[in-house]
Amino acid sequence: MKSLTNPSLWIIWFVVLGVALMPVFGNLPALREELFVLLMLVTLASSVNIIMGYTGYVSFGHIVFFGIGGYTAFYLIQTLQFNFVLAALIGGGIASLIAFLIGMPVLRLRGAYFALATIGINEAFRTLVTNVDALGGAVGMLLQFSVYDAYGGAKSASQLAYYGIILVALLTITASFVIKKSKFGLSLMAIREDQDTAMVLGIDPARAKVMTYTISAFFPALAGALFFFKNGNIEPGPAFELHRSIEALVMVMLGGFGTVTGPIVGAFVYERLRGFLITDPIFSNAHLVISGLLLLIIVLFVTAGVVGWLRQRIPTLRRFLE
Amino acid sequence: MNFEVLIASSIDGLTLGFVFGLMAMGLTLIFGVMKVINLGHGPFIVMGMFAVLVLSQNLGINPYLALPIVIVLGLVTGVVTYFVAVHRVINAPELTTLLATFSVNMMLIGALTIIFSTSPRGLSLELPAFRAGTITVLGTRVVAVLIALLVTGALYAFLYRTHIGKSIRAVANNRSAAELMGINSTWALALSFGIGTVLAMVSGALLATLFGFTVLSGGGLETKSFVIVVLGGLGNPTGALLGGIVIGLLESITTIFMPVSYVPVFEFVVFILILLFRPNGLLGAR
Repeated sequence: MKSLTNPSLWIIWFVVLGVALMPVFGNLPALREELFVLLMLVTLASSVNIIMGYTGYVSFGHIVFFGIGGYTAFYLIQTLQFNFVLAALIGGGIASLIAFLIGMPVLRLRGAYFALATIGINEAFRTLVTNVDALGGAVGMLLQFSVYDAYGGAKSASQLAYYGIILVALLTITASFVIKKSKFGLSLMAIREDQDTAMVLGIDPARAKVMTYTISAFFPALAGALFFFKNGNIEPGPAFELHRSIEALVMVMLGGFGTVTGPIVGAFVYERLRGFLITDPIFSNAHLVISGLLLLIIVLFVTAGVVGWLRQRIPTLRRFLE
Repeated sequence: MNFEVLIASSIDGLTLGFVFGLMAMGLTLIFGVMKVINLGHGPFIVMGMFAVLVLSQNLGINPYLALPIVIVLGLVTGVVTYFVAVHRVINAPELTTLLATFSVNMMLIGALTIIFSTSPRGLSLELPAFRAGTITVLGTRVVAVLIALLVTGALYAFLYRTHIGKSIRAVANNRSAAELMGINSTWALALSFGIGTVLAMVSGALLATLFGFTVLSGGGLETKSFVIVVLGGLGNPTGALLGGIVIGLLESITTIFMPVSYVPVFEFVVFILILLFRPNGLLGAR
């Protein structure tokens, strides 16, 4: 845990906290809603990056853990009157447990087969939840308004959820940083570069990969729990939305694959860009076309992403910009 | 249980299965030749649907006679897509090609939404139905199967009987060896991407004659193609056709035993299990 005292991490904390606390001190509810989504995307992108950036396993259906966490927490809050913090933690635990169980067989698959399997897992969960009446089936569930009374009304519950998501985002970033700086992280990157060589060096790839997958499932589940608690309703479509999962991959690529700051920068740039394109009268219809074009340009020409590109160009940045 | 219901739904599933098989063949051909999972497959299917819609409604061409135009359009779209989005990253890791084809997906869906909006569409097509007792087979289904078989036959004749087809198979087998034999692998790859796109668009055109559709229909059909492709073995066109028939039959027959909404759950669980235990497909070697 020596990496916790690393100044690079403090810089990230400082910037993220500085931005995240703006609406709290400035009392700007609209900005708070925007930043809630942004911090959620930072969480999603960073956690995808933990499995994808470090081990090279492209988890296309990572949103499945967002949905699992959301549904578990929502069910506990609604029917068993759990506190939302406890419910979110249980949701995270269950998502990690599921990741652990499915990770063992699924992570044996390599490359495209793994990517396809994660899509299949997400779709299987989505269609399954659609059929479970206890979880509201295709219509989903609605939170009774009285649930918020325990937190001093809907307004203050939404404020609490915001503090929650700040914490979750910071936690994810810290985990991503600590893993990258640790010996464990090095073994993951060895697996990414060449799994067979890593094995010869005495790394147990199966164990390392399952551990990483389990860790990376925890954070999106927390984000899902907070998001749907704040929204007050949950449906299978938005909870297991494959498109959002792929968007998280796009953010990672945009910011920089395998870096700690990359997913944060990527989430910020992507979200700002989309916000601008949707609200702009000229581009509002073309936002998908423009985003797609941008993605293609990055994939074809700037493979390292924004952070990777900066690191390549300005050598002094390499010491601070992880 | 009613025997006639079983027969009727089997015929229903079988006819649909051929079209699904054709659809998945496009995906599996591209994977087989260049190891690229084409995430733009869904929008290509949708392009086929809207191509037929425009040709028949705005230009008054019979949907079936419009198919040759759809084929040419598909070939051009595929080859252009290959050179724009895939060629530069053909040797890069999977993630790169997945994202490159996904960017094509975003652009196409965006463009189609701007042109056609996302409201539901349908073709008005009247063909005589075939009746035997209580069993009715719609004429559109019969024609769809015949066309699917014709296209499959043509594809196999092309791949096995012509010089260009043989060079595509050589490139799929071993690209560097094929290049040493004087085959221009770039064009072979571009052409196979084009053919994969043609298959997607023709199957889309055929599906448009059977069901209503929207710009967003592609997503579900794309995931269905993944399931079929994995069932038949990634990169195996014959497997894809059989996989399509299996899924078509499964979808129609299982509805007799279980609620319709459980069928996709069943499908995706089978999909994951096959990936885990028989990654080369049901027919492939272990």
